[in-house]
Amino acid sequence: MTAITENYQAIVISFVTAILLFVAAGIGSLVLGTFLAALRVGPVAIMRRAAGVYVTSVRNIPLLVVLLFLYYAGPKIGVTFRFVDIVIPTGWGDIRMTNAFATAVVGLTLYTACFVCEAIRSGINAVPVGQAEAARAIGLPFAGVMRQVVLPQAFRAALPPLASTQIALLKNTTVAIAITVLETAYQLKQLTDANPGDRWWLLAVFAGGFVLLVEIVSFASNRMERRWRVAR
Amino acid sequence: MSTSVLFDAPGPKTVRRHRLYTVLTVVALLALLALVGWRLSSSGQLEGDKWEVFVTPAYLERILVDGVLETLKMAAGGIVGAVLLGLVLGIGKLSNHAVVRVPSWALVEFFRAVPVLMLMIFFFSVYGIYNGSTGPFWCVVWALSLYNGAVLAEVFRAGILAVPSGQAEAAYAIGMRKTQVVWIILLPQAVKIMIPAIISQCVVTLKDTSLGYAIAAPGLTALARPLYLEFQNHVPVFIVIAGIYLVLNLLLTALANVVQRRFVGEKKQLEVSAVGTADQRTV
Repeated sequence: MTAITENYQAIVISFVTAILLFVAAGIGSLVLGTFLAALRVGPVAIMRRAAGVYVTSVRNIPLLVVLLFLYYAGPKIGVTFRFVDIVIPTGWGDIRMTNAFATAVVGLTLYTACFVCEAIRSGINAVPVGQAEAARAIGLPFAGVMRQVVLPQAFRAALPPLASTQIALLKNTTVAIAITVLETAYQLKQLTDANPGDRWWLLAVFAGGFVLLVEIVSFASNRMERRWRVAR
Repeated sequence: MSTSVLFDAPGPKTVRRHRLYTVLTVVALLALLALVGWRLSSSGQLEGDKWEVFVTPAYLERILVDGVLETLKMAAGGIVGAVLLGLVLGIGKLSNHAVVRVPSWALVEFFRAVPVLMLMIFFFSVYGIYNGSTGPFWCVVWALSLYNGAVLAEVFRAGILAVPSGQAEAAYAIGMRKTQVVWIILLPQAVKIMIPAIISQCVVTLKDTSLGYAIAAPGLTALARPLYLEFQNHVPVFIVIAGIYLVLNLLLTALANVVQRRFVGEKKQLEVSAVGTADQRTV
């Protein structure tokens, strides 16, 4: 128990780092994923192909390999994020957003965007073709068909799978341990190595923190889903 | 007639515009490829001696035996454990007795919400660190079994619930007990709905074996470091390793698709409720 009472500040900082990773990569992956989804369902065959190849290849590669590639192989071909160097000093310790943090954000974004793309695409596929045909039949122009009929239904159908991708992203922030980001898994490893007697307590605290965060994301998505649900 | 919900069949003007977009995209993609190629060659990562290691028999054997084989062994172990645990927890969640149902539910929610990597680090501290070369291997297998078991528990449950309710009702009507209904009537029918989802979960498991890197477990990803330290071929190493994972996973996905068509038809894959949603249906 002493391992927790003595290090609670470092534990909180590690969770803050994880949440920052989650928020930054979450926004990035939603933007990139929506863009990829637009390419994948668009009318131009070559764009569909290119986005398809990207999604199929990146989502079949482990996230860890993506991160290691960016961190160790990236600098060899001139891909670095050294220009990112933000250290936020707090009373409980520094929050370091440096090269490794930025690399982790980029890697998590590139990886999660594939799953976001698939979630949005599944949402669009969930709208029956008859809806669009009926909208055209009553004379709506393209913009009207999209704005008033297809997209509102597609976004609602995409919401639950989107929430799943973001929950997976939250858990995947731990993988950043491999590229020296000082986040939760790193802190758990450090503390269990230093205090092997307290490892059950440490697991309980870190796992409990993640259960709590996951429940918050999942609760928020359930509320949104309930509020926006279409009565069919 | 159009096959997409989003677009009507294009007219002549639109066709011309799409041709323009096609050309622009091709140009952009070629420029990107050229940039990557130029960066690779100017940093010397395309030179033959950086790639030669992947066709040298001794190293090739190491990649296949220490890398691919260990990865596949860990993934196989994880999946076997996950199927067993998933079966127990999935059926436990459908139980009529709260004593069985509530703990099953709690375990499933817990292991679905906790990152696999944290479980691995914990097992490493409890067991792996004291058991030398085989310790980390088993830590990966156990962590993968617990996490994927929790996911598969939901798959089994969703699969059993997807069997038309008339089946269970008919079985009850001829006097079967619940155990008999589940084991004799529902599970055999649910298995074929579940198999594609289980194979898809194999892809997740295979990818997650790479996380063993953090606890010094063997496997394909763990091979990257010794290789690039020896040959300074950082880019080729990761390209080859990513390629091997890609091929393995595409093979698994193709298998899942074949099984899906064979057993289930064109229907969508089984939908599993997300973590944290309270789905209390039972048979």
